[in-house]
Formats: sequence, structure tokens, C-alpha cells
Amino acid sequence: MTTAVVTGLGVVAPNGLGTEDFWKATLDGRDGIGQITRFDPAPYAAKRAGEVLDFDSSEHISVRLLPQTDISTRFALAAADWALVDAEVKPSAHIDYDMSVVTSNAFGGFEFTHRELRKLWSKGPEHVSVYESFAWFYAVNTGQISIRHGMRGPSKALVAEQAGGLDAIGHARRTIRQGVGLVVTGGVDSALDPWGWAAQLSGGRVSATAYQPFDVNASGYIPGEGGAILVVEELAAARRRGTGQVYGAITGYASTFDPAPGSSRPPALRRAIELALADAGLTPTQVDVVFADAAGDSALDLQEAEALSAVFGPSGVPVTAPKALTGRLYSGGGPLDVVAALLSIRDSVIPATANVDEVPADYRIDLVRGEPRYQTVSHALVLARGKWGFNAAIVISALGD
Amino acid sequence: MRKAITTDDLRHILARCVGIEEDGELEGEILDQTFEALGYDSLALMETAAVLQREFGVVIPDDELFNTDTPRALLDRANRAVANAG
Repeated sequence: MTTAVVTGLGVVAPNGLGTEDFWKATLDGRDGIGQITRFDPAPYAAKRAGEVLDFDSSEHISVRLLPQTDISTRFALAAADWALVDAEVKPSAHIDYDMSVVTSNAFGGFEFTHRELRKLWSKGPEHVSVYESFAWFYAVNTGQISIRHGMRGPSKALVAEQAGGLDAIGHARRTIRQGVGLVVTGGVDSALDPWGWAAQLSGGRVSATAYQPFDVNASGYIPGEGGAILVVEELAAARRRGTGQVYGAITGYASTFDPAPGSSRPPALRRAIELALADAGLTPTQVDVVFADAAGDSALDLQEAEALSAVFGPSGVPVTAPKALTGRLYSGGGPLDVVAALLSIRDSVIPATANVDEVPADYRIDLVRGEPRYQTVSHALVLARGKWGFNAAIVISALGD
Repeated sequence: MRKAITTDDLRHILARCVGIEEDGELEGEILDQTFEALGYDSLALMETAAVLQREFGVVIPDDELFNTDTPRALLDRANRAVANAG
């Protein structure tokens, strides 16, 4: 069996630009959430978000690409560049059809589209940029990364709200198993313009106050922007290439779909966890940490806690949600958690979950709070749920000898 | 008679709508370089044609547009349209 390993990381997060900045902020408990600055949020019920404030597009994106890219695509292109540099991959030294791109996206280019729609209604159709034809589109990040680096292997875009980022990484592993040597994968989202914000608020789960997953006072989530891009390679190929580091292996993956609302059947998150563990060939006792979906909604938090105690036993595994510091990043959320899981393995530390004062006793979960917990991490389970029933689970493992 | 479109007009349009490197990238002899060599794809050409239509009122059908492979050819085609419009 081939082994898919992660050899490069690229991060654009509200609490850190670049992998190590993000990781330090995560361990230090530094958040990236504040009053929205991108537009005036005064008329909206919720006014706080996890914005990426220190990203200068002209510093990271070529002038030819600026007129044709939404901010989310600029994040994705920069993160992909950083991941390739981190992996010491020179795409020009690889066969073009032996490199693929598989990313997830939940929103498309909202801000770009908002600007073009404004031109359409205020000035007329002849003023709409021709680049709107693809700048809005869910597959645009996959396409732009593919074009930029000459990656012509089988490529995809997956859409499943917050679960999609893990689906993309799962599909990257499948692509490696199909014989492609290298896959650029992950997810990035941003929709922090007035129209994108209205769309996010219409989902009904955005908190007007704070993102406190698993807390007695959970009141919804704070949205953020950004995400992570990873370089995934087949282990033997990475070793032949002489790569600097292998962060870990993608050893298990599963996705499930919830039954229709009102159904007597149980939610399908537990089944996703069990299938991913079975796929990895692990028993629950071998898992050292769970990076939870952490919806920040009491019904959904309870549902996740019940799935975890059903599989691992009451308080049977450390659980954490570093996303309390960034907000939920939609397609970027799962990949950013996978980055955190890989760094937990590297540094033998589980980051804490911020903003939680009291966990309801009936959740029966061992939520890591306050300080990071220093311990060896060999296997990490990462979970993500997307609105309307998507569940994804992925197992990340330290590379054995 | 409407005013002809100059090389500088085209330069400014290219700079504005499809992006150019800092000062000077399009300053030299660009007229006879191919769009491909200048780094402009078919969409960049369409975007440029849209601005020409908006600001100079010239309409260049897509099939003819894609047959213009250099800034000089595009300028000639656009100025023929200006002349015909009288």
C-alpha cells in the first residue's frame, strides 16, 4: 500500500501569517478575532470576525494576477507557494502530469463578485470584468494553483461547507494512491464583504458575541477567513526526492452524510469517526488527540461530545479546538486543523481551546483548556462538519520507523 | 471624425485592466511583440477590448479580436473601427 505523507505546509490564518506564526499564536492562545475592519459592520447583528489583517497582496501576488483574483484566491496562491517552498519542491523539476491540485472552497470569490455586481447595476454590463467569469468560482483556487505551477495531473475542487477541506485532503490521498507523485491540497475561504457577510449571517449560526465551543454559554461561531495548503506526496517518492521533512502521514479518512432532519436515525458523525479509524487500522485507545469540529452551538456541541464519548468512552481522549482563536474558516478550517495536528505530532504538544469557562458535565469530554498539554502525539483525529449534513474525519499519524 | 487611439492609450488600458510590472514594463517597443510573449492570454485580450468599447466606442467582434496577435494589430483594428465610425 502506498503511504501519503505531508511534506509542506502553507498557512494564512487570522492569528498568524505563515505556519510558525500561526503555531506560536495557537500555543500562546493569541486570537485573531476582532471588530470587522474590511467594511462598516454597524448595520449588522454580528460585527466580529477573524480577519487576516497583515496580508499585503502586492507583496505576494504578481501584478498580472491581481486584476483577476479575489482575496480568497490570493490567500490560496500565497499559501500554496509557501507550502511548496517548505517542501523544497521545484515544480519545474517534476513531470507536469505527475502533480495534481485538489482544494476545497465553500464561498468562491465573494468580494470580487460583489464589486462586479455593483458595477453591473450601477454602470451597466459592459463594465463587468471578464475575469468575473472564473474569479467567483469554487474551482478557481485549484485552477490558479495548477496554472501557476504547471500542475496538470488529475485535479478537483470539493465543496462541503466546513467539511470540504478534510474531503479535499482525503481525495488528495486517493489521488496519490492512483499513482500521482505529488498533490497540492487544502482549502481557503474568505467572504468578508457586506454581501458575503449577509450570506454568512443568513446561515443562522453566527454569534454576535463570542465563539465559545463546548461552553455552557455557547452562542454560535465567529466566522474567519484564510486556511491552509499542504503538499502531499507518496512516501517513497518523497524520500527519493530527498525532501527535508515529513510532517506525518494521512492514515485514515471517511466522510458521511447525516439523515434528513426529523429522521429517527442518528447523526452520522460517529460513523465517520469509526470508519476513519478502521481505515487507519487503529483502535480508539491508540488516538492521542481529537481536533473537534467544535460548532459552538449547544445542540451541535452535545451531538459531537456524544459521538466522541460513544467511540472513546467518557473523557476517553483529549479534545481540543484551536479554531476558537481564528473563527470557523469553512473550507480552510479542516486543513488548518490538520496543520495543527501535524505540529502537535512534531512538537509533542496539544494546544488548548480558548474562550471556554465551563463545559456542561453531560458532555463528558476531556477538553484541553488553559495551557497547552505536553505529551507525545502519534495519532490525531481531525473532525469537521459542514452545514446541511456533511461529516468528515481524517487520521494523521506520526511516521513510524 | 473621432480621435484615433494612440499607443499610449493602449498602454494605459493594458496597465489598468490586466496588470503590468512597475514603471517601464510596457515602455519599450511593445507594439510588435506578441500578446503571448507579453504574458497576455485571451481573457486579457477580451478585457482590453471591453475597455476599448467602453471608452472609445469601438466594437471588435471576438473572432477578429483573437486574430490580432500584437498590440500593433489590435491598435490598427481598433483605429479602423474609429475611422469607419467617422
